[in-house]
Amino acid sequence: MTNAEVRTVDVTFVSPSGSSVTVAGRPGETIMQVAVLQDVSGILAECGGALACATCHVFVDGNCFSAPTPMEAEMLEATAVPRRSDSRLACQLILTSDMKTVQVGLPEVQV
Amino acid sequence: MSDVVIVGAGQAGLQVAASLRNAGHRGTVRLVGDEAVPPYHRPPLSKAFLKERGSTDKLLIRPPSFFANHNVSTHFGEKVVSIDCIQKQIAFENKASLSYDWLILATGSRNRELLVPGTSLSNVFYLRTIEDAMKLRETLVVAIRIVIIGGGFLGLEAAVSAQAMGAQVTILEAGDRLMPRTVSRPTSDFFLQAHRANGIETHLNMTVTEIAGESGFADAVVTADGSIFPADLVLISIGVVPNSELAEKAGLEVRDGIVVDDHLRTADKTIFAIGDCARFQSTTGEFVRIESVPNAVDQAKNVASTIVGRASPYQCVPWFWSDQGHRLQMAGTGFGQGEAIVRGSGTSFSVDCYQDGALTGVESINCPADHITARRRLALSTQPN
Repeated sequence: MTNAEVRTVDVTFVSPSGSSVTVAGRPGETIMQVAVLQDVSGILAECGGALACATCHVFVDGNCFSAPTPMEAEMLEATAVPRRSDSRLACQLILTSDMKTVQVGLPEVQV
Repeated sequence: MSDVVIVGAGQAGLQVAASLRNAGHRGTVRLVGDEAVPPYHRPPLSKAFLKERGSTDKLLIRPPSFFANHNVSTHFGEKVVSIDCIQKQIAFENKASLSYDWLILATGSRNRELLVPGTSLSNVFYLRTIEDAMKLRETLVVAIRIVIIGGGFLGLEAAVSAQAMGAQVTILEAGDRLMPRTVSRPTSDFFLQAHRANGIETHLNMTVTEIAGESGFADAVVTADGSIFPADLVLISIGVVPNSELAEKAGLEVRDGIVVDDHLRTADKTIFAIGDCARFQSTTGEFVRIESVPNAVDQAKNVASTIVGRASPYQCVPWFWSDQGHRLQMAGTGFGQGEAIVRGSGTSFSVDCYQDGALTGVESINCPADHITARRRLALSTQPN
């Protein structure tokens, strides 16, 4: 692979109604950044990724990402839609170069 | 259909445009800002962006394609010089003008200037824009002794970032405690201890009288008591002043901010003011001007609703956050003015702030769930019966 070649990760956002949209993210970006920069609705990210607002709540397969920090875990207790076992904050989910596709579920509301 | 012009392309201005389109507004939406870059997140400028050489793309609140996709015309890097309330037009520096049915002033704030000798020396900085942050970082990576004038949110956040980059940091605060105008005393005391324990030299009651230097380069900060603090870099962070000159020139009421009613309208009902530049009546009755992202976003959404015919009074509970090695989150108003009751202890606690017996604000330190609970609690208590 040459340096000029940019690998991307296909990130599929699935709304509560089941409709989905797939956009390309780059390794190093967070799921929140991918959603916001590509104008995917359903992730508010009011604090811009500072782990301060819990408005980028998503549902993902936890095996793909490192475990939540204690701070994220505590913020997850305060999301608008109650926390599930697969709840995460998208601002803490960083895409890596070994990922090919990621599926992200969106909650009904964020605030 | 009505035509909307938004002056100020920060968090508030952008949100008006986004919310208008979201709500199905069909008239034109024009977003005007004096910075050449599209709207970006400012909070990271004193935190992650300062430390990590992040790319500026990651700061953008929306992708550059957003504006065309949502039919928002942009006038970035253009300065508005006047408002004609009769003709309903704004005028640019180059004499061009735009007509509006609704005008939103989201002009933000600018850094308060320190009025002492030496502030124009080359290694003396303010921090507000991406450009400021990039210049600051360039010097920060080579500087060893950093003196920060002003122990508010920005100064303290920058102090923690600079220290993480290996600098020796000194903070000079003029008040008798840190963040004196924004937090309660228990929270001030906690952060004073925390920053000192972390090796940041923190001095209170320090009035700066001069930034001394030679050959255009600052080498020390001098205070009224005669102390001299050697410095390779000086950051001035002594608060902001609202950008209210346009409104004032147009004859609108200005009192440390553009004065607006409960629908965020000025006396001219076609002109709104929101975000850092607006002074409005809070849910506790006092007139406040709030410098925070959530305030900017919530006020923007309220104005967009009014324009599309779904007006309701603005009643959001303000909230704030600050990362200073410890996580400070605040909900409400009136911090540090009345009684403060501490819940919890050590490095993880909340402070309930009361005024005249009523809970008006809650500060949470490393207690995010407490903070969210407080926001909901305060929101319920402000709803009309």
